[in-house]
Amino acid sequence: MDLLNALVVLANFIIVPALAYGSQLALGALGVTLVYGILRFSNFAHGETMSAGAMFAILFMWLFQSWGISIAPLPTVLVALIPAMICMIIYLLVCDRLVYRHYRRQKAKPVIFLVASTGLMFFTNGIIRFIIGPDEQRVADGARFVMKAREFKNMTGLNEGLAIKSSQVITVITAIVIVAALFWFLERTKSGKSMRAYSDNENLALLSGINPDRVVMIAWTLTAVLATIAGTLYGLDKSYKPFTYLQLLLPVFASAIVGGLGSPIGAIAGGFVIAFSEVTITYAFKKFLTYLVPESWAPEGLVQLLSTDYKFAVSFAILVVVLIVMPTGIFKGKSL
Amino acid sequence: MTYQTRVIGAFSLMAAMLLIVGFAQSWSLVLAILNLCLISSIMALGLNMQWGYAGLFNAGVMGFAALGGAAAVIVSVPPVQEAWAAGGGGIMLALIICAATALLVALVYFRLKASDTIRFATITAILVVGFIFYRMLLDPSVDAIEAVEPAKTGFLGGLGMPIIFSWLVGGLFAAGIAWVIGKVALGLRSDYFAIATLGISEIIVAVLKNEDWLTRGVKNVNGLPRPVPYEIEVQQSPFYQGIAESLGVTVVEFSSLFVKLCYSALFLIVLLIIFYLSQKALNAPWGRMMRAIRDNETAANAMGKHVTGRHLQVFILGSAVIGIAGAMLTTLDGQFTPTSYQPLRFTFLVWVMVIVGGSGNNLGSILGGFFIWFFWIEAEPIGLWMMEFITSGMAADNALRLHLIESAPHMRLIMMGVILLLVLRFSARGILPEQNRQSAG
Repeated sequence: MDLLNALVVLANFIIVPALAYGSQLALGALGVTLVYGILRFSNFAHGETMSAGAMFAILFMWLFQSWGISIAPLPTVLVALIPAMICMIIYLLVCDRLVYRHYRRQKAKPVIFLVASTGLMFFTNGIIRFIIGPDEQRVADGARFVMKAREFKNMTGLNEGLAIKSSQVITVITAIVIVAALFWFLERTKSGKSMRAYSDNENLALLSGINPDRVVMIAWTLTAVLATIAGTLYGLDKSYKPFTYLQLLLPVFASAIVGGLGSPIGAIAGGFVIAFSEVTITYAFKKFLTYLVPESWAPEGLVQLLSTDYKFAVSFAILVVVLIVMPTGIFKGKSL
Repeated sequence: MTYQTRVIGAFSLMAAMLLIVGFAQSWSLVLAILNLCLISSIMALGLNMQWGYAGLFNAGVMGFAALGGAAAVIVSVPPVQEAWAAGGGGIMLALIICAATALLVALVYFRLKASDTIRFATITAILVVGFIFYRMLLDPSVDAIEAVEPAKTGFLGGLGMPIIFSWLVGGLFAAGIAWVIGKVALGLRSDYFAIATLGISEIIVAVLKNEDWLTRGVKNVNGLPRPVPYEIEVQQSPFYQGIAESLGVTVVEFSSLFVKLCYSALFLIVLLIIFYLSQKALNAPWGRMMRAIRDNETAANAMGKHVTGRHLQVFILGSAVIGIAGAMLTTLDGQFTPTSYQPLRFTFLVWVMVIVGGSGNNLGSILGGFFIWFFWIEAEPIGLWMMEFITSGMAADNALRLHLIESAPHMRLIMMGVILLLVLRFSARGILPEQNRQSAG
């Protein structure tokens, strides 16, 4: 019984939150990895892209709410995702046309793209603050919980409850659907195959008649879709604050690099590695241990390895270890 | 247009803009802008060494500036005796254990001749044991220290030395951290280096926000001692009262201007020293070697230059300069507020300064520091004016008009992004392009 209680504690405070957070990171890292694979630079503006996507979703959500559209018990913002994605696709394609295409034609060094992306980061950040303001916005409506802690206790008769928020379930399901669709696209369709070819060997791909402009266009389209979903899901789960997305950049990059930059499957694995480590290392294990050890051994302190404010340090430490031990990441990404 | 006229023209334009602000707004504001322009220029000089000379993308300027700020606290605040008595020993012991653990790990990593598995198992074991001891010693001491008058102190305090020493100490702190991070991340791909520096700067700021025993965390440290006289002293001195009278301004106004001018003079001296040294280094064989490495790493390597070693050197030097500027900034503010360290303001704004001024050109970085800081401050009135102009046709209570006017302060971010992108695209070498010796001499 104590063992079961301990497991429920673990599930409630680590496994469920980390699954949701990991899905969000994985979707974000997929966007970074796609840009890296096709355009060959680290996109520092990706955090802001996610934020802008979430902002559009919120704007459309307000519009739909004012029209009285609701898909309760699901949150309205899910409907708003589709027009938000379209806006983001247009935004990123315009950015590419006005900013990145020039450097691509010039065959500029990756670091120049990096600088250009910080310019876009400023610009996008300003636009977001300009349109929606720097304040916190609530995204979630509809049912808040799939299962409440009390219901779980009544159902199982355990001391500990397991609460599952609907935002967490939606996050995980959406992530699975999107990732499945992405892999189907990359593996089965002609466009997807041409993208993989272009990413593997640009010259060979060009020789076999792949149109580079089209590949780049598809890459930005996919990035826009992924970033919008990732940003919105993060906002749905934790509430939307424009400045948090800049801080999300580090774990997102860490996920992409840990998995291997340029490798989609690596980005997903990396996202979950980072999320689980972050949550585990910053969780106070006191309650969990109290169930497992005899009463007299029960820990006095919180048994928390690091305070939650150091979650950056966790992604960073993993990043450094991976860079030293296997610089190309778990799934052998690129290293130019 | 020759380079000389360009330099003179650009700096005269900058001076003219400051004068306009002086006549249109106030002289006190001009001096406030000027002081921050000087500090920004020093930060830009530091980043220019890394990016302009060596092509390193340091995305962690914020962290080094924050370290400088922490140095200002640690050097200048008088020590809190009760806190030292309560937990000083424990903290010191914990830090020694921390250092010993790091040393052991380094020894095992570099010296132990064994298979990778054994090495990493040993390292993990050392880290775990070290961490447990560290926390066992640190936690009770931290609690004891933070219990000492938490509303007023609750931290160890500093050394109680004149704050001006902290400028050097801030540089040393930043150099130390730069050495560690450079050892790990240099030699990897440029993108990885950028992300590693981004990470370390977030961690530094997180540490400063949370380790209350060190710098009071988010409770801030106020009332840092000053290197220049206080306004009240100036106001009470008959000598300055006489000067104020002969200038025809009130004593209060004079004192505020005088104090700001003192800061400007100090900052200008530091700026000139660093500028002189950077110019010397850039034109010396060392500087030519750095540019050779930047322009063609493979060739420089083939010529027998130790590329990673030189990168480490220039990364440490640049970070030290940023650390000095960070300490100066905290000195000027008179308080240390960890929450004020935002990456857009401290890292990427300095990037805009360097790129706009002209990568690789020290004078350009100074100019960039002035221009960009000036626009960062003045973007708000300009944005407000623009919004009022655009919306002048709308009704006074039009919702769109109110929203636009309310959002005008955010125009500065948009403006910075646009300036950076425009310069990068149409004048990639900046306002004052890099001069190599052939074309200059």
